[in-house]
Amino acid sequence: MNAAPLVALVGNPNAGKSALFNALTGARQKVGNYPGVTVERHSGRLVLPDGRPVELVDLPGAYSLEPSSPDERVTRDFLAGTQAGERLPDALVVVVDASNLDNHLRFTLQLIALGLPVVVALNMIDLAERDGLKLDPERLSRELGVPVVPTVAVRRRGLDELRAQVDGVLTGAPCAKPAPAEAEDIVTLQRRARKIAALATVSEAPVRRWGHALDSVALHPVSGVLMLLAILFVMFQTVFWAGAAPADAIAAGFDWVSGVVKHLMPDSVLRSLITDGVIAGVGAVVKFLPQILVMFFFILLLEASGYMVRAAFLMDRLMAHAGLSGRAFIPLLSSFACAVPGIMSTRTIDDEKDRLTTILIAPLMTCSARLPVYTLIIGAMIPNVRVLPFVGLQGLVMLGLYIMGVVGAFVVAVVLRKTVTQGASSGFMMEMPKYQLPQLNHLAIGLWSRAAIFLKRAGTTIAFTTIVLWAMLSFPKPPEGSPVSPVNYSIAGRIANGIEPVFRPIGFNRDIVLALIPAMAAREVAVAALGTVYAIDESGSDGGEAQIATTLAKRWSLPTALAFLMWFVFAPQCISTIAVTRRETNGWKWPAFMVGYLFALAYGAAGATYWVAKFFGL
Amino acid sequence: MNMFSRVDSHLSLESLPNRQPATVAAIDWARLSVPEARRLRELGFDEGVGVEVLHRSLIGKGPIACRIGRMTVALRRTVAGAIRVSQHAA
Ligand SMILES: Nc1nc2c(ncn2[C@@H]2O[C@H](COP(=O)(O)OP(=O)(O)O)[C@@H](O)[C@H]2O)c(=O)[nH]1
Ligand SMILES: [Mg+2]
Repeated sequence: MNAAPLVALVGNPNAGKSALFNALTGARQKVGNYPGVTVERHSGRLVLPDGRPVELVDLPGAYSLEPSSPDERVTRDFLAGTQAGERLPDALVVVVDASNLDNHLRFTLQLIALGLPVVVALNMIDLAERDGLKLDPERLSRELGVPVVPTVAVRRRGLDELRAQVDGVLTGAPCAKPAPAEAEDIVTLQRRARKIAALATVSEAPVRRWGHALDSVALHPVSGVLMLLAILFVMFQTVFWAGAAPADAIAAGFDWVSGVVKHLMPDSVLRSLITDGVIAGVGAVVKFLPQILVMFFFILLLEASGYMVRAAFLMDRLMAHAGLSGRAFIPLLSSFACAVPGIMSTRTIDDEKDRLTTILIAPLMTCSARLPVYTLIIGAMIPNVRVLPFVGLQGLVMLGLYIMGVVGAFVVAVVLRKTVTQGASSGFMMEMPKYQLPQLNHLAIGLWSRAAIFLKRAGTTIAFTTIVLWAMLSFPKPPEGSPVSPVNYSIAGRIANGIEPVFRPIGFNRDIVLALIPAMAAREVAVAALGTVYAIDESGSDGGEAQIATTLAKRWSLPTALAFLMWFVFAPQCISTIAVTRRETNGWKWPAFMVGYLFALAYGAAGATYWVAKFFGL
Repeated sequence: MNMFSRVDSHLSLESLPNRQPATVAAIDWARLSVPEARRLRELGFDEGVGVEVLHRSLIGKGPIACRIGRMTVALRRTVAGAIRVSQHAA
């Protein structure tokens, strides 16, 4: 038995490839990664009219065969048969946007010239009609010399015909196509495309889309910015509001499982590994899944509706000051909830250097995991006084920490753009897609694949590192009757003793250093870790945090507390962020760089804060 | 080879008033970086194609949104400045 034939969906971005892919394959699809690049590989099974299966691949959108982004490179290599681990496709389904023929036909001509069997899906016929454009698919088919099938991917129109035509070109004799003389240049192709588009157009009304009216509001310097702010407000409120309850439920669930294990197993090292190591560690990370999904829901919604590019348009000027493009805005914004989805969503940035810079500064956005730490320290150390009517000092410090993060990110971006991610900015030049009502199943599939990626990582990298951290905090055990606490006796305790001199100049005591070690797994663990270090019996009362706060107020000086806060603004904490950076940049080089520069920054900022505060006698 | 007279070819897309249909008269490729030039061609910018500025972002130097063919495209002003246009006779 031969493997099922391989058919690739190709076309310009926003032609409707993914919509068509979903319509043709339904739930029978697989999301993977092309080796060596962070481009997702979507494949699925298409069933031909006679029941034969075909492997269908949704290739990344491209404007031409000359790649200008990693996505486009995959498309080119795939079509040339040089993409690692892929065979040459047996046929292509070229997806074109019927309401934008001029532009899409150029790439179609390039693709037909490759000589593979081709079927053209003349997609979005409904939008073309809405725009007053009447086309003649038969004429188009004659001009191009390949079958043309009108489709409406989102309404599943034309799918049977498309399957039949795919069957036809797969079984038909390989048509000897007179491949045009080597690579016509883009301008010639474009002109030929325009001529063919004109021939295939029966009648045409001037472009007058309702979208333009919406754009007059959405892109307006005043109303557009207000609209963006309103959307962001709703988005963040929802992330915190809708994310909190399920997060608590998940935490409770993990506690429950941990309780059951404790009940079933005798007290042993293995039990401690399972409950304190694996369950607690993975739980601390999985707890963020609801917030991450809500965040992604909004991002996918904004992307699918066509609004995302409008937001990028509004923010481009601001981002340009930092050497970035408007495209970096949304990923950075999502990083306020959590850097993990933020970094994952940088895939929408096509320029590699822009994207890398954005990934590197994303951890500087104050993520929600820092909030518990900020709240604890500020509550314990900063007097609750009003500096102005309605303006409390505590709130002001909190705001200051957020602003520090943003300013820091901005400065770092400027520096990075001049050094390690140097290069001409790719600028900001992009198609603004038509506004669309998002398809719910499309959103659901997108959300599901994000959740799967996240959970897979939580189950592997993160589970592994938390076990290592657990082991470091648990071993070796102090001898019976030793006055030294187990934590202090452990490897982590000894490491903390060892590196404490490094941190002494910036005002950190050994307890803080020790708390920083488990905080690597998740920042807010620092709160619990401080609790453990100060040997506070949290089970005794609900006032666990309140007790830590009292202890802190007694044991820490204000300069130390401020230095600790500054550390958290910049600190390279959180294994998930490092792991996702590794995944998205394909290697350890950039996560290592990120950790290094954040560490230096955190050290410098905390030290400066400590000494300035001491100088002023705080 | 251009069927439109180049009455106003000192006008660039950057300075073209909003909602005034015009035609690309010439593109100063030398002012653009290689990737910029390629992207611009890929988006369909070429002599003789109809363009129209639809929106401008923040007064100052934000990007502009324009219609090219049947497509809406966002461009930075430096790029728009390299595109010479001729306005259609009123
Ligand atoms: N009205 C309409 N919308 C479509 C059609 N095909 C796709 N879309 C929408 O067009 C947008 C872009 O489609 P997508 O599949 O993501 O494009 P891709 O970039 O080629 O994968 C999405 O919002 C789709 O829901 C169609 O035939 N008609
Ligand atoms: Mg797609």
